[in-house]
Amino acid sequence: MKLRKLAVGLALTGAIGWATGGGPVFAQNEQFIPRLVYRTGPYAPDGIPFANGYVDYLDMINARDGGVNGIKITYEECETGYNNDRGVECYERLKNHPPTGASLVDPLSTGITYALISRATADKIPVVSMGYGRADASYGPVFRYVFTFPATYWAGANAIVEYIGSQVGGMDKLKGKKIALVYLNAAYGKEPIPTLKALATKYGYTFTGYAVNSPGIDQQATWLQIHQANPDYVLMWGWGVMNSTAIKDAASVGYPMDHFIGIWWSGDNPDVEPAGMAAKGYKAAEFHGVGANYPVIQDILKYVYDKGHGHGQRSGVGGPLYDRGVINAIYDMAALRTAQKKFGDKPLTGEQVRWGLENLDLTGAQIKALGGEGLVTPIHLSCEDHEGAGNVRISQWDGKAWHMITGWIVPDRTFLREMYKESALQYAKENNITPVNCAEVHASR
Amino acid sequence: MLYREVGQFRTSYAADQAIFPIRQDRFGMLALLLVAYIAVPLMANEYWLSTIFVPFFVFSLAALGLNILTGYAGQLSLGTGGFMAVGAFTAYKLATAFPGLNIVLVFVAAGIVTALVGLLFGIPSLRIKGFYLAVATLAAQFFLIWLFVKVAWFQNYSPSGVITAPPRAVFGHFFVTGPEALPAYKYWFTLTFAAVLALAAKNMVRGATGRKWMAIRDMDIAAEIIGIRPLSTKLLAFAVSSFYIGIAGALWAFIYTASVEALAFDIDRSFQILFMIIIGGLGSILGSFLGAAFIILLPIFLNNLPDQLGLHVGVALVTNLQDIIYGALIVSFLIAEPNGLAALWRIGKEKLRLWPFPH
Repeated sequence: MKLRKLAVGLALTGAIGWATGGGPVFAQNEQFIPRLVYRTGPYAPDGIPFANGYVDYLDMINARDGGVNGIKITYEECETGYNNDRGVECYERLKNHPPTGASLVDPLSTGITYALISRATADKIPVVSMGYGRADASYGPVFRYVFTFPATYWAGANAIVEYIGSQVGGMDKLKGKKIALVYLNAAYGKEPIPTLKALATKYGYTFTGYAVNSPGIDQQATWLQIHQANPDYVLMWGWGVMNSTAIKDAASVGYPMDHFIGIWWSGDNPDVEPAGMAAKGYKAAEFHGVGANYPVIQDILKYVYDKGHGHGQRSGVGGPLYDRGVINAIYDMAALRTAQKKFGDKPLTGEQVRWGLENLDLTGAQIKALGGEGLVTPIHLSCEDHEGAGNVRISQWDGKAWHMITGWIVPDRTFLREMYKESALQYAKENNITPVNCAEVHASR
Repeated sequence: MLYREVGQFRTSYAADQAIFPIRQDRFGMLALLLVAYIAVPLMANEYWLSTIFVPFFVFSLAALGLNILTGYAGQLSLGTGGFMAVGAFTAYKLATAFPGLNIVLVFVAAGIVTALVGLLFGIPSLRIKGFYLAVATLAAQFFLIWLFVKVAWFQNYSPSGVITAPPRAVFGHFFVTGPEALPAYKYWFTLTFAAVLALAAKNMVRGATGRKWMAIRDMDIAAEIIGIRPLSTKLLAFAVSSFYIGIAGALWAFIYTASVEALAFDIDRSFQILFMIIIGGLGSILGSFLGAAFIILLPIFLNNLPDQLGLHVGVALVTNLQDIIYGALIVSFLIAEPNGLAALWRIGKEKLRLWPFPH
């Protein structure tokens, strides 16, 4: 009976506290970042390093510089489990956080990005879907609050096809080749299909898609099919445990690893390590550098890990996904600085941060000053173009580490812009959005 | 003392057959509706309205639908997620193909289409029972999701297979879907659907239709002997149940998440709703609401709890703890009251009638 009373009491206290919106008091000189993360569930192996990288960078900035231009960066994590409805709940929970609400949101899930686009636009909170999300959102006049830099899946698919073209001896040699795509059967995995189909018409290769249902631990049937079809190249849009399973199953049917190319979310150590030496030769597209030998990563080790405040294991620092989390934070903070130049060094609203993102011009010199030379790709965004650079490199796993085997591959930007625009205008029509006139936006500055 | 029906005489058949024959229940219900319609939108903030109450009502409707089929008519179904997807995608196709069509009509039409699909998948129930029927409905679940993923026409050829609810308004300019929709409008809209359909369900299950369903559930051969036709009764249960679930699916896609992919309605969703009615109480309208509250609100509550108490623990630990506590609560509730939360409520009411002089 006592136990029951205690339980009821606890529950009531919690309920009252929750309902009355209790909690800590916040200082006013702070900028709040909501963190939608997944540290549990089938995608946790990939979600954890990314989440750690992001918040470790913020902690480092706060410890080393006292925040961004004197504004302390605060954050709160919310667990989505890579689940769309939990993601919406997290966004709603954190969006009105004091003092100025969410500055921007990084959903780290294409599905959650889709769910947040219209909400965040209405709430005037920018969505930064760095290297994921809705590719046609790169068309700024329609998607005012969505950013896709530095590369979309369509750009990634295009770059990989160009790489394959260079491997077979020219784009004209692609004619009659067979290219297959193994993809997670979700919004994320389906995103590159229109590009791969459009390019198939353009270059004359045959395209086949193989869907793998979440979480993707049973792919033997898929790989038997691929074995029978025997495509010249296999692309992969996989996530979490699906990646390592695919590599193991590809090896078991004897598919040559150097003809198997994953997107950047299928190119981390946990993806290849379980397959052991069988994964040797596997390739992945990347839009940034990897490793720990950058001043910014060393600063994280010095200011965060040496003081024992790291969010993860020290050994995890410098992995591809960890670095990507850091890079995401670097871009976000750069946008904040850009916005501060216009609006002043004070906590900014989502609308002001959006201006900072749209006018983000992160040059090589600035990146060097931030300690991320070679790690971070320079980008230059504008009203029309929310994607920026969009260049991609191919890296290869040698059984121990990743090595960049190409220089920067530039996707066919005119082709992609046309595709973004066409698809975005279709979205605008369905949702009664009037695209803004970018000439007027530029004139008003 | 407070809850006693002494002195309340029913002098006509109409009074005797009322939904709430006891005066306290009538006033209680009225007060609840007033609170739901007026007090909650006034007091609750945006977060509560759009991410707690809206999904709660949507799932209450889905649970109500499944409860009609499983709780009242005794046909075990695991196809709930698939039927929700039918409702969502039908509503999307209708809303985009006929932009002028009133959103309420879109939802009702989505419900009707889902009812027809449910009817189709209900046919095997005439021959197979129990777990075997569950397996047959499981086929419906997988087939329907496969269909919506595979056939791009259902998504209007969206490259990623995600459908986005177009902005629609009721009564001219009160937007209930799309980015401009106010949380309060969404809330009232969902609440009205839940309230009207719950009232309809209550009337169905206490009338001839519901009695037929229960007769089939309790012993189908005996029911057949006393003149109940299994064919029409079972199929009607499938149709009505699917109608409710279809509307719930459409509400989920349009009002709550606003953009949805077919995978949001996978097998986990079916199990989630099945757990709702098991925990809430099979064969109870109230149970559907209580079960939905338990399954939807408790995890959110547990997730928010440490932060509100000022404890700073990592999100991973919170989520794992949440699953542990949630699982433990389900087990202990089922041990304490296998008939669900609705049965607890019933026992509470019985005790209240005798209070303060039990014997």
